[in-house]
Amino acid sequence: MTSGTTFKTTPRTNSKTTLRTTPRTIFRKTFGTGPRTTSRTSGGIQRTPVSYVVLTLLALFAGLPLLILVFNSFKSSLELGQNPLGLPSSLEFGNYVEAWTRGSIGRGMWNSVVLVGGTVIGTCVCAGACAYSMARLDLPFKRGMENYLFVVISLPVQMFIVPLFFLWSNLNLIDSLFGLVVIYVALNTPFSVLLLRTFLVGIPRELDEAARIDGANEWQIAWRVILPLARPGLLTVGLVAGLGAYSELLFSVIFVTTPEKLPMATALLQYSQGHTQLFGLVNAAAVIMTLPAVLLFLFMQRKFIAGLASGGVKG
Amino acid sequence: MTLPDEGRLRRRRRRLVAIAFAFPALALNLLVIAGPAVSSLYYAWTDWNGFSAPSFTGLDNARRLIEDATFWNALGHNLIWLVLFLTVPMAMGLVGAFMLSRVRRGASLFRVIFFIPYVIASVVNAQIWKSLLDPATGIAAQLDRIGITWLNDVYFFGDSNLSLYSVAFVDNWHFWGFLVVLFLAAMQSVDPSLFEAARIDGAGPFREFWHITLPGIRATLMFALMIISLGALLAFDYSFALTAGGPAGSSDLVSLLVNRTAFTALEPGYASFMALVISLLGGVLLVIFHFIRRNEDTR
Repeated sequence: MTSGTTFKTTPRTNSKTTLRTTPRTIFRKTFGTGPRTTSRTSGGIQRTPVSYVVLTLLALFAGLPLLILVFNSFKSSLELGQNPLGLPSSLEFGNYVEAWTRGSIGRGMWNSVVLVGGTVIGTCVCAGACAYSMARLDLPFKRGMENYLFVVISLPVQMFIVPLFFLWSNLNLIDSLFGLVVIYVALNTPFSVLLLRTFLVGIPRELDEAARIDGANEWQIAWRVILPLARPGLLTVGLVAGLGAYSELLFSVIFVTTPEKLPMATALLQYSQGHTQLFGLVNAAAVIMTLPAVLLFLFMQRKFIAGLASGGVKG
Repeated sequence: MTLPDEGRLRRRRRRLVAIAFAFPALALNLLVIAGPAVSSLYYAWTDWNGFSAPSFTGLDNARRLIEDATFWNALGHNLIWLVLFLTVPMAMGLVGAFMLSRVRRGASLFRVIFFIPYVIASVVNAQIWKSLLDPATGIAAQLDRIGITWLNDVYFFGDSNLSLYSVAFVDNWHFWGFLVVLFLAAMQSVDPSLFEAARIDGAGPFREFWHITLPGIRATLMFALMIISLGALLAFDYSFALTAGGPAGSSDLVSLLVNRTAFTALEPGYASFMALVISLLGGVLLVIFHFIRRNEDTR
């Protein structure tokens, strides 16, 4: 019973029986429940070279711009003019130092740390508690709650952003990272609740019963029994919410405008608009912003992919 | 049969605990999403300026919208966006996923490379392509050095004939890898014996793709079409970061226009009406998808 992963297996529907196409079935599929289907790549060897050629072309299309970004972040403006796409002549960190110290990038990073931290904690707590209540407790109107969450997920942002801004300005939450955290938590919660609920439903009830017989109260059961088992689900939710908060643009542009409080995304945007032709400098700032997200992604690919694929609407 | 008193009390207590657990999420949701969404249903029919009390103006906003060329311009761009995103990334995603499903070595590396742009923030991706497509420092400058000059005067984001497509191109560069991963997961759960049967019958890769893969992942295809359609009505980031809708409104989108109308022109009442129209369009799309899905299920 030590690994939580054993519990996330919801009964795997055979592909013969047509699944009802709900976002849930999609994310169950993408979520990688159950063993991965055995490789069905037994296609003739003679076909694979074509596949590799196409895949390599696509990989170059996706990857080369990123490499060039990194190359150019080491170049001075002069070198950039002479050698726009190639390897830099030397590893000069001058651009990085300048972007970090003189620009608003260092401060933006700190603001983003606060923003991401708050969003991740808030989302995990709110969504975790709500999912627990829906999966395990005697919550009235469960079905209604679920439908409500689905409606909220598909509600377009424009539907509420305008009144929300004026509500926030009445509550003095404009230009405050806390105000933005509250919004991000609210935006991330519906999807996270649904994801965590499918997770919690898979945990056998006998565990709660056993704990209850041993005299644990509701709170202790949630905290000591369920939470450790739900950790993989919370990790997924945290990654999605955190990455979202880190790169979100629409709300941060509208709700935070004071230069000192700009998170990384808007700080970078402003920086690039203030240094239009200094691509080396702005590229260094962009690399600084990208590095944490990409490193985290490389370390936790499966979690990331599963979480984002079940994520939802993002143009 | 009535419950004994103590049992009823315990039951009520259990319910209260359950509600307490669900309360924070629900309260936040009502405050940030549901409350403002419902109130915008009212503001849409007023001349609200955000600060003084709104007064009901009936159909005024609707009449104004019908004659508002900037709105139709932006909505037209959203529709072009919709068509572009329903085709280009779908095709790239399908090709990428199908090829990936046929190779054994390196598949996970390719998958990661395809997916990385999706994890990177839109402002960074915008910056990457802003510098790559800049005539002085990007691809054009490199080509110029080897004597190819026809890109020298092409301003991808500054030319009003190109700006919308350039912005869509960058957004697609970031998005298609996501579809690869989504489709690949679906393809891997198609019954492998179907492929074997097809091979025994002598089907080539194209017929395999057409007759087995595509029908096998129909559910996921529908899901992708749905999120793309809704996303196309909401697209904001790339147009905002790359061109801010310009030049001369040539890459304007409704979400940017709503934003400007509400917060720059300070006409949140009218902006709410625009938002209501675009949300209704989204709702219509959802209903259409719902019916298509139901038809599929009953087949």
